[in-house]
Amino acid sequence: MSILILVFAIPLAGALVLALMGHRPQARNVNVILSLGTLLAAALLTAKIIAEGPLFALDRQFFIDPLNVFLVTLTAFVGFTTSVFSQPYMRVEEDHGKMTPNRMRLYFSMYQLFNFTMLLALTTNNMGILWVAMEAATLTTVLLVSIYRTPASLEAAWKYFILCGVGIAQALFGTILLYMAAERVIGNGADALLWTNLDAVKTQLNPSVMALAFVFLLVGYGTKVGLVPLHNWLPDAHAEGPTPISAVLSGLLLNVALYAVIRCKVLTDGALANRFAGDLMVGFGLLSVVAAAFFLSRQKDVKRMFSYSSIEHMGLMTFAFGMGGPIANFAGLLHMTVHSLIKSAIFFSVGHAAQKAGTQIMDNIRGLIKVSPTVGWGLMLGSLAILGMPPFGVFASEFLILTSAMRQLPWATPFLLLGLGVAFAAIFSRVQPMVFGETTVKPLAHPPTLLPVFVHLGLGLMLGFYIPPYLNNWYMQAARIIGG
Amino acid sequence: MTALITQLINLFAAMILMLAFAMLAQRRILSLIHLFALQGLAVVGATTVVAYVTDQHHLYYSAALTLALKVFFIPWLLHRLINRLNVRWDIETLINIPSTMLIGIVLVVFAFNLALPIAELSTSISRGTLGIALACVLLSFMMMITRSKAVPQVIGFLAMENALVFAATSATHGMPMIVEFGIALDVLVGVFILGVFMFQIREQFDSLDIRHLESLKED
Repeated sequence: MSILILVFAIPLAGALVLALMGHRPQARNVNVILSLGTLLAAALLTAKIIAEGPLFALDRQFFIDPLNVFLVTLTAFVGFTTSVFSQPYMRVEEDHGKMTPNRMRLYFSMYQLFNFTMLLALTTNNMGILWVAMEAATLTTVLLVSIYRTPASLEAAWKYFILCGVGIAQALFGTILLYMAAERVIGNGADALLWTNLDAVKTQLNPSVMALAFVFLLVGYGTKVGLVPLHNWLPDAHAEGPTPISAVLSGLLLNVALYAVIRCKVLTDGALANRFAGDLMVGFGLLSVVAAAFFLSRQKDVKRMFSYSSIEHMGLMTFAFGMGGPIANFAGLLHMTVHSLIKSAIFFSVGHAAQKAGTQIMDNIRGLIKVSPTVGWGLMLGSLAILGMPPFGVFASEFLILTSAMRQLPWATPFLLLGLGVAFAAIFSRVQPMVFGETTVKPLAHPPTLLPVFVHLGLGLMLGFYIPPYLNNWYMQAARIIGG
Repeated sequence: MTALITQLINLFAAMILMLAFAMLAQRRILSLIHLFALQGLAVVGATTVVAYVTDQHHLYYSAALTLALKVFFIPWLLHRLINRLNVRWDIETLINIPSTMLIGIVLVVFAFNLALPIAELSTSISRGTLGIALACVLLSFMMMITRSKAVPQVIGFLAMENALVFAATSATHGMPMIVEFGIALDVLVGVFILGVFMFQIREQFDSLDIRHLESLKED
């Protein structure tokens, strides 16, 4: 329990410390150290869960089970590597005059607060607090997306705030309906919204209330997952915000929102005892995969292209979890892990590439491999990995999703293949000249930090052919919890 | 007694719905803020009555919180904001007012049909009100869509929050206290951020017209 408190206390206190500290050169290092502390606490927590099983804390308000424990560690891990990446990156941005000292203070403080809200959303047992944490995550990232204060970034942040605000308001209505259904079974009071209590009585929850609640919850949290047609904010927010934020938005926040949907699906499945929730998710997921692939092929901005790729992958995961069953759930969870790792690695490389070229327009970024081979290889390998080339982990999870789709929903397989194929052609044909073309990029004053890129890619590669037994065990247990 | 109480709650519900329509039709920002404050007051009234009937003390706190935040503080903040920004009028709506009202009526019918089977199940004294709450959510949503200026969009957003608080009160006798506090905190922080934002938008575009914010498009 004390470890769990550390997991929140470090980023929360960190936000305060960094806000008070103001802009000093050390702030960048403090940010890294705090994120490392969070990661260590999360790792200790995970070790404890592996040893002792699910854990309740603070009067059952917090609950760690196999479904969220690996997401906590993943969030803390990517949060840490992104802070390492953002150290030199933001320094360059400051040198270019894009950041002022005050904005740097805001950036570091909000970065920690954002990590805090995600960890809170993942570990809370209370569906109401889950909502509060998701909304708080929106608020902190709105400030981060608009940090450059350019017209485009303001527009992106405004759109993000309004769309996700409306979306999340729908989720609140869903939560109210959920509470209404729970109240009839569990009775009034704070405990009626605890997920574990709801899970225990899920077969007795009123089906028609739960069906309506799930529609609102899926639309609400689905807006944050970036499911088509609710995805409009996502490419703008990813493209206009600072690159470290694009990495954590794509790699982490979308996962957290999908995690909220999954928790709701488990309850709805129990109450309805039919495939209603799963079918809705399959529909949204499939539409996202196909639509995102076509949108993606028309992009000129490299960050926009990869943010559409995130929509596509979130669609794939939503499809997998909607389909349900042990293998599809396992594949969905594996895909969640590898997508986080690989997509953030890509954004790291893209960030450096865009800084070197001074633009995010793909036609103007050429020949990375000559000026800085590591950035070039990072981008190339990352793109190959995200496109599902073996032996990277994405291949394994996509293969599993496709094979279970062939068995359970054969009609959906051609659509999935179409989406993946279009995305492959588009991304590969764009990335190839960026890496190998005639050079236009120039070296930077500060050396980039590419260690996170290759650590992420290495882990993604490892998960392609070897999943450690305890991780495998986790996935299986989590897949059982999701059921369906 | 119960009949009287039910009528009282229905009265407040009707007021909230009427005010939602009034806000949809209102074009002066100043009046819009007043209507929003009135709607908050109606929510406070409904919450207090439910708190009295069901003897749920936490609802009194919830009512007090709404009163402080939605009736006094946020309207005051918005007042200051429009004075500082010098925007009192919001002439343009994207759809004309009569059509807006007609679509609004359709939304109300739709909301009632959606909520009907669920309202039947509600054991609380205010079973008819869930449909009204849902209708208000949809009307506020529509207000956000049809307005092209930043301030009315924000008020639409806040009115949606009002409707949700009302939904929580009438359908379930209020959410657990800790959740309500969290929601209130989020709303408060959100309003502050939006205020800061409006100044930034103005600085960049010399106007609060959201249509300036349409350059990021798919090509």
